[in-house]
Amino acid sequence: MSYGSTIKVPFGPQHPALKEPEYFLFEVDGDIVVKVTPRIGYVHRGVEKAFEQETYLHNLYLAERICGICSHAHTTCYTQTVEGLIPLEVPPRAVYIRLIMAELERLHSHSLWVGIAAHEAGFDTLFMYLWRDREMIMDLMEEISGNRVTHAINTIGGVRRDITSEQANKIKKFMDKFEANVKEYMKVLETEQTFLKRTKGVGILKPRDAISLCAVGPTLRASGIKSDVRADDPYLAYGEIPFNVITHDGCDVYARTIVRCEEMIESANIIRYALDHLPEGKIKVPPPRTIAPNESVGRVEAPRGELIHYARSNGTAKPERYKVRAPTLGNLASVCQTLIGAHVADIPMILAGIDPCFSCMDRVVIINKDA
Amino acid sequence: MSVRKWARIRSPWLIHFNTGGCNGCDIEFVAAITPRFDVERFGIKLQGSPRHADVLGVTGPITMQITKRLVRIYRQMPEPKFVVAIGTCATSGGPFKDCYSVHGGVDTVIPVDVYIPGCPPKPEAIIYGIAKLLNKLSGSGSGGEDNGGHTQKT
Repeated sequence: MSYGSTIKVPFGPQHPALKEPEYFLFEVDGDIVVKVTPRIGYVHRGVEKAFEQETYLHNLYLAERICGICSHAHTTCYTQTVEGLIPLEVPPRAVYIRLIMAELERLHSHSLWVGIAAHEAGFDTLFMYLWRDREMIMDLMEEISGNRVTHAINTIGGVRRDITSEQANKIKKFMDKFEANVKEYMKVLETEQTFLKRTKGVGILKPRDAISLCAVGPTLRASGIKSDVRADDPYLAYGEIPFNVITHDGCDVYARTIVRCEEMIESANIIRYALDHLPEGKIKVPPPRTIAPNESVGRVEAPRGELIHYARSNGTAKPERYKVRAPTLGNLASVCQTLIGAHVADIPMILAGIDPCFSCMDRVVIINKDA
Repeated sequence: MSVRKWARIRSPWLIHFNTGGCNGCDIEFVAAITPRFDVERFGIKLQGSPRHADVLGVTGPITMQITKRLVRIYRQMPEPKFVVAIGTCATSGGPFKDCYSVHGGVDTVIPVDVYIPGCPPKPEAIIYGIAKLLNKLSGSGSGGEDNGGHTQKT
């Protein structure tokens, strides 16, 4: 039913549903959203310019601070890009340790998100359960790297710390427990009516739209499209480890939840396999201080989707140009499309559905129309 | 101790605002309300609206784009009000200090009562900082714009 005229509803930049400042202007007809205008840039800090002013080693720590949730994905992509510039071969043990940390990070990021989704759906008990489990993953990561959030385990040419056999046993033991917990939560999510009513059929993103709007990561896989950088363009040691790319045909917020839950189980399997096949040897090779003129691109499957870094060197110890393209930028166009036709009450649920990370996203893009 | 002061110390309501941070501090801040740390045992509640909040928790360096919004949110809060700068970025600007679109720490824009350094500070550190603020409240600190920018470092 249409009321003939629309009302404009501002959303953000300070809003209880979003932890980050971002502004959306919704035009609503009655209870239905008819137009969405995002206004990005509140978190623009000028990271790319800052990259040009520091050395390659300093920039590693800056790359880590692009995003505080997928910090390891950013440093993995950064080291991959810079090692491509040199070029430098990383010892196999370091590659496996990077991979184990990357999968631990995926576990913590996905459990964080499923918790937030449960919270948005009004199911706070599950939110608390998942965050309790997440604390245990944070403990593991702290034990391996020394830090909870900014791990700083990656360095150019390898990793800073080794995984001991006691730590490996501890991680494996925890993975069994965690997997059992996730399966339990999935059973709850699949049967609990309060959650199903809020998520089934909400925020439909058709496969065709998902491709044309450049969706990435779990958002794209929840629309039934099999796309994962880990499988399509294997980096680290993903080419040697058997794993499934999880997809779901639901195309809604429920599908996005289930895809993330199943990815957690898959990650637990990857971690167990990697620990069992951890190669021996050194964990680090020294990198050169300056890098000859070259260009390089790194691609990594961050927990939110495909992350791309680009670097250009000019023979000095500092990069000439550095570019970061984060997954949320790819997903933002698709979420604006899915919000059209949604109820106002579903807006936080659908927005949270892409797992937005605006601090990753806010870069400057200048388009020269005349060129 | 007056009833108003007692109520203020026993149940401070917090509003959280990200002014351009990387999510690290924000997630640690949220982690502080989850079962392991559970700040609710101090009567602390996370609030959505600035008009209902006593304490403003700011994370991240102050970007040019967000400055106006931060001041607006601060002005919307009722007196007495207190500001906690969470993380190194909010304390001094951190690694983004010299970036072209960043002002620096929170105290370049609004007065700050407690600084919690760390990148990101652990939930324990955040709880410690807030406990310091509560100590200050039970003392003589008036807070808000009238406190002449009086600050206390943890």
